[in-house]
Amino acid sequence: MTIPKRFRTLLLGTAAAVAAGVGFYACSTTTGGASLADGDAASKVYVAPGKYDQYYAFLSGGYNGQIGVYGLPSGRLLKFVSVFSQNPETGWGYNEETKPMLQTTYGSIPWDDTHHPELSQTDGVPDGRWLFINGNNTPRVARVDLTTFETTEILQIPNSAGGHASPFTTPDTKYIVSATRFSVPMPNADVPINSYKKNFKGTVSFIRADQPGKMDIAFQIMMPGYNYDLGHAGKGPSDGWFFFTTYNTEQAYEKLELNASQNDKDFMAAVNYRAAEQCVAQGKARATPSDYFHNVLDEKTGQAHSERKTSVLMLDPTTCPGVVYFLPTPKSPHGVDIDPSGEYMVAGGKLATVIPVHSFSKMLKAIADKQFDGDEYGIPVLKYGATIAGEVQKPGLGPLHTEFDGKGNAYTSMFISSEIVKWKLGTWEVLDRMPVFYSVGHLMIPGGDSRKPWGQYALSLNKITKDRYLPTGPELSQSAQLIDISGDKMKMLLDFPTIGEPHYAQAIPADLIRNKQLKFYKLADNKHESMVKAESEGGITRSGKRVDIKMAAIRSHFAPDNIEGVQVGDTVYFHVTNIEQDWDIVHGFAVLGAENSELIMAPGATRTLKWIPKSTGVYPFYCTDFCSALHQEMQGYVRVSAAGSSVPLMANISRKAAAQMSKGNDATADSPTTRKATGKER
Amino acid sequence: MTRLSRLLVGAAALLLLLVYVLPLWHVRLMAPQYPEGLGMAIHINTVKGATENDLNNINGLNHYIGMQRIEADAIPELKIMPWIVGALIAGGLLVAALGKRRLLYCWSGGFALLGIAGLVDFWRWEYDYGHNLDMEQAILKIPGMSYQPPLIGSKQLLNFTATSWPAAGGMATMLAFVLGAVAVVLSVRARRAERAERRSAVVLESAGPALPLAVR
Repeated sequence: MTIPKRFRTLLLGTAAAVAAGVGFYACSTTTGGASLADGDAASKVYVAPGKYDQYYAFLSGGYNGQIGVYGLPSGRLLKFVSVFSQNPETGWGYNEETKPMLQTTYGSIPWDDTHHPELSQTDGVPDGRWLFINGNNTPRVARVDLTTFETTEILQIPNSAGGHASPFTTPDTKYIVSATRFSVPMPNADVPINSYKKNFKGTVSFIRADQPGKMDIAFQIMMPGYNYDLGHAGKGPSDGWFFFTTYNTEQAYEKLELNASQNDKDFMAAVNYRAAEQCVAQGKARATPSDYFHNVLDEKTGQAHSERKTSVLMLDPTTCPGVVYFLPTPKSPHGVDIDPSGEYMVAGGKLATVIPVHSFSKMLKAIADKQFDGDEYGIPVLKYGATIAGEVQKPGLGPLHTEFDGKGNAYTSMFISSEIVKWKLGTWEVLDRMPVFYSVGHLMIPGGDSRKPWGQYALSLNKITKDRYLPTGPELSQSAQLIDISGDKMKMLLDFPTIGEPHYAQAIPADLIRNKQLKFYKLADNKHESMVKAESEGGITRSGKRVDIKMAAIRSHFAPDNIEGVQVGDTVYFHVTNIEQDWDIVHGFAVLGAENSELIMAPGATRTLKWIPKSTGVYPFYCTDFCSALHQEMQGYVRVSAAGSSVPLMANISRKAAAQMSKGNDATADSPTTRKATGKER
Repeated sequence: MTRLSRLLVGAAALLLLLVYVLPLWHVRLMAPQYPEGLGMAIHINTVKGATENDLNNINGLNHYIGMQRIEADAIPELKIMPWIVGALIAGGLLVAALGKRRLLYCWSGGFALLGIAGLVDFWRWEYDYGHNLDMEQAILKIPGMSYQPPLIGSKQLLNFTATSWPAAGGMATMLAFVLGAVAVVLSVRARRAERAERRSAVVLESAGPALPLAVR
């Protein structure tokens, strides 16, 4: 059968059209390559073996309740600092010394949700003394000492729920703040939820933070029942003011996703805390019965203590005019970020189509000129046009947070359009965009929220990971991306996985922290009541059903390492002191069948394990931290006899210790012979 | 009708059987946070996600902008389309069996009209989903923004790039239509040749105009 020529042409044409269609279809569904790193990116993030990173970065752990410490630019994980969560790895919250740190008025809580690390500042610049972090679920703030990277203090926030707008600091670290994400009945009470407007209130707490071990609520300001989201202190000209974002000014109490998204503008609250201080000094704040805990880890003993407190000073802003103003701000704003000059307050209106920027000087003028648009619960509302400095047009979708590079530029994270947008302060023009993978929450520039940013890198803390790393089942790590912001255009340098769910982060040049690191605790300064300074001081005592065992740990043995006379029904406390005085010689301690974690003892530290043996037998214990060549020999036994048994209490000391004692060479702190001996052993 | 025309129409009718198994149209949604994309396949009798949960996930995302849920049950056309295509198939087979030229023209014309009606209806549904938003329920309200996906091609809808294109079933339908059209062309040519023969006169006049559907 011959095919007519025209028909052939037609068939060919059809075939070509179909082929083109298939081709187009295939192209249109191909995954777009997720922006590859810049050409010389590898050399910019490579930190050679033995070399150090430029920056310490502190990433909140989110729902792991800890803080992740990473090095930048390498993205290497250095440490997790236990804060609000029990951590069996270190014994935090399991051993007797640190248990009181987790005490709250609700009981001992083994977990919280950490959101915002905040470095202490001097003169508006991070100084590397302390790191503060909030617990979002059961409102608390914690102080981490940056010489030991240990949590030393936790303060519960009363009259609050959802400690989200926290723990942002004033430029002098006199105060850190905590504001309620969830408004609740004040004082909390059994009321119908639909009485929200009548009964629910928010609070803003100013916490005295410049004296370690003495954090306390200086005063609280009673606020209308909105959701208070984030905050930042003013600086320079705006020093003395604190700014908070609010959402749910609709005061919805159900289906907030929809019902709290109705108003075109919510508020930024401007709090004049110096004025508040004056009102408090004038006695205008009422002492309000409140119930909260303050837990402090004693530096000398290593033992935490909890103190229950019963009152706070509560300031009603209507009794202290000029202390709070509301600035209308589109729409459901999330972040409030103050530029390094202190003039601009940038709001991340997550449902807004622009980035609104308020001017501090215009705000003062509007207040002076009384440009009010009524009031809310007695708090004056300023006119939008009177305070706004500018709006960044078409910035992207879902603006959340802004950081600054100190060179007149701002960088805003866009959750929905999944990008970081660089724009210019003053002209409000968009300069550059960097896609990030995927859905960035906070971003962080070292010092980028301070008066003097180190504007070299930006870290994008992404909420969705998907295909960025080798997949690990349904639960994935989170993803961070490091971006070079030193030039006109942003350059993508590095992806690295992060653990937990980092929200905000802080970073500081390594030199400000590295040189003041404690290498070990001085045994001579250890004031723990059950510590031992030498192996010969080990021993066992009974007081009724309680048995206390004092034990020394030193390479490669425990002293004592044989214990008898313990009976079923006893509660046994092992007080183990690592009597090493050498860098990074850590010992661990674990007992067969103990319903508890291990102990980890830094050199010179004492930790206590509580153990309730349930049946007779012999129970081995051993060192869990590989400490030396004979680490595997670092073990011992506890004999457990029946209740009422006649086996006498006995705790030996090791043969080595006995030998040392007979030579008169106690393993005291500074004994050169001990050090030599241990050196040989290794 | 020539034998070839009858074969072509028969083949076109049988080709249409494919739409009972293959999707007619694809809508693909790509976004930064959806590197793997989300997809929707429009079948003759249903609307499905490209994977098991895609449609649910698309509906979940659409709740932010107040779009109605896309559900097959809510689209009555999906219930009658299988019958319409069934009639087209039966008609095509009938044309092939009887070999009546006029029947072929009717069938082909009907196919064209139904095709156009189908596309218009599809566009109308897209318009409705994209514009008829429940602003009371919408969380993300962007003034002047609508979310109608394109009929063919790509369009940016907030963070999503929506790409719409005929799928295998749609292409089979188009090919079936083209085969029918070729049958019509061949038929017309054969008829003209017949006439020319019968007249045994000068054929200049009838060979003049170009064939309407020929592709050079």
